[in-house]
Amino acid sequence: MASVQVSEAEKVYIMHGVRDDLRVDGRGCEDYRHMVIETDVVSNTDGSAKVSLGHSDILVGVKAEIGKPRALVPDEGYLEFFVDCSANATPEFEGRGGEELGIDLSNTLYKVFNNKHSIDLRSLCICPGEHCWVLYVDVLLLQCDGNLFDAISIAIKAALFNTRIPKVHISEDAEGGKEIELSDDPYDCVRLNVENVPCIVTLCKVGQRHVVDATLQEKACSVASLLLAVTHKGMVTCVRKMGGGSLDPESISEMTETGKRVGKALHAPLMDLLKKEEGLGKNRQKVGFLR
Amino acid sequence: MAGVELLSDQGYRLDGRKASELRKVQARMGVFAQADGSAYIEQGNTKALAVVYGPHEVRGSRSRTMHDRAVINCQYSMATFSTAERKRRPHGDRKSSEMSLHLKQTFEAAVLTQLYPRSQIDIYVKILQSDGGNYSACVNAATLALVDAGIPMRDYVCACTAGFVEDTPLADLCHAEESGGGTTLALALLPRSRHIALVQMDARLHQDHLDMLMEAAAEACRGLSKVLDGVVRQHLQEVSVLTRD
Repeated sequence: MASVQVSEAEKVYIMHGVRDDLRVDGRGCEDYRHMVIETDVVSNTDGSAKVSLGHSDILVGVKAEIGKPRALVPDEGYLEFFVDCSANATPEFEGRGGEELGIDLSNTLYKVFNNKHSIDLRSLCICPGEHCWVLYVDVLLLQCDGNLFDAISIAIKAALFNTRIPKVHISEDAEGGKEIELSDDPYDCVRLNVENVPCIVTLCKVGQRHVVDATLQEKACSVASLLLAVTHKGMVTCVRKMGGGSLDPESISEMTETGKRVGKALHAPLMDLLKKEEGLGKNRQKVGFLR
Repeated sequence: MAGVELLSDQGYRLDGRKASELRKVQARMGVFAQADGSAYIEQGNTKALAVVYGPHEVRGSRSRTMHDRAVINCQYSMATFSTAERKRRPHGDRKSSEMSLHLKQTFEAAVLTQLYPRSQIDIYVKILQSDGGNYSACVNAATLALVDAGIPMRDYVCACTAGFVEDTPLADLCHAEESGGGTTLALALLPRSRHIALVQMDARLHQDHLDMLMEAAAEACRGLSKVLDGVVRQHLQEVSVLTRD
């Protein structure tokens, strides 16, 4: 469900709860819901991850393809984002219904992730001006239960961590023509450095306070929200105000502080978890949707 | 005969199966909480998700409403990363529109639509990973999702593909066998009544072989129906344990 109807009485109840730092599901204002992360779920991709946050379910697949670098930055590769709001999530998305939301989401993701502060785009270069790796990051929304941005950013970080790009060997023939040869060995691959990849923290202004990881009900009570992309050092790389209402500058700076604190705290356990999962190696039992 | 040997002299196929052997099937019902019914199935490396919404009031144009039965609305889509080569669009191309139509026809034959006049049942299927037999995986997943949604059906609909190589019918083809260029038959069966909900065959085949091929596909469908039945029973057992007083 992309949105829910909330009655006035429910709104008052939710807002009073937020004022007293006790939300409807028992969380405090800066707590996330329970999160389940699994990587390497789709074997047709170079990297994939599935994240469920509450009832929001996100599947991300990364495919690496060889393309031509952009003319302005000949020595860098780039990322392409596509968000598929499938009808699985809600019947409203059937046909072209999810397109608008999909474009909005992918444009924001593009701004957050496709820059050299997030990912070392130079490492995606194969041959300056001629060939580079293009990472197609495809996000699939399977179920929407609020806070899509945060869940998507975590899924993307996990999928990029899981991404393995085959090594290439460039050989030059007598005429100076270059030939690219892909390594056949699946273990002969390059990993991406995802340390600086930011996570998105969305803060919803509910009454006088703000909450992280808002459910659909809470989102219906809030006038506006602030999206922050925060790196593991607590650096903010992207800010965007969303929603119909307006925010006063004071609360924006307050929300930024909270966002930085929450975002910084999100990275360490996420990386720990991803490393631990990888450490299990082949012994890991793949669950996917069969749980 | 294609370049690769689809059936060895010893009677083994590319992935080591015997001619009539199915791929490993794993399934789960009730994957999502928000939908009325949902299911996930893995048939070998083909992975599909199905979600059912309804029966509910007809959405969109009223002219689609049927006064004596429910409208079945299907959408088939494939994740952009599901195939070896990345797809540009998840749905809306000709192949997926055709597949949506086939699914609609299949389930119109199985769901007791006359019980829900003036309403609509949505079935959305998504291929997450494609390795041959996409149609059959979708039908099987959608059957489980309909069961999960509690929508009455005449019988389970089980679908399977079969191919024909060197006078031997092969059941449940994988992508390499499907793309080999030989005959492929997709069959959706209502196993108890042995009625056929949908049959589709590409490429040509001698008439004498048709019965043999249909029988092989039907046998595979019956095998699948046992697996699906097991999944439903196990799911009900798990749910009844959770809801017991």
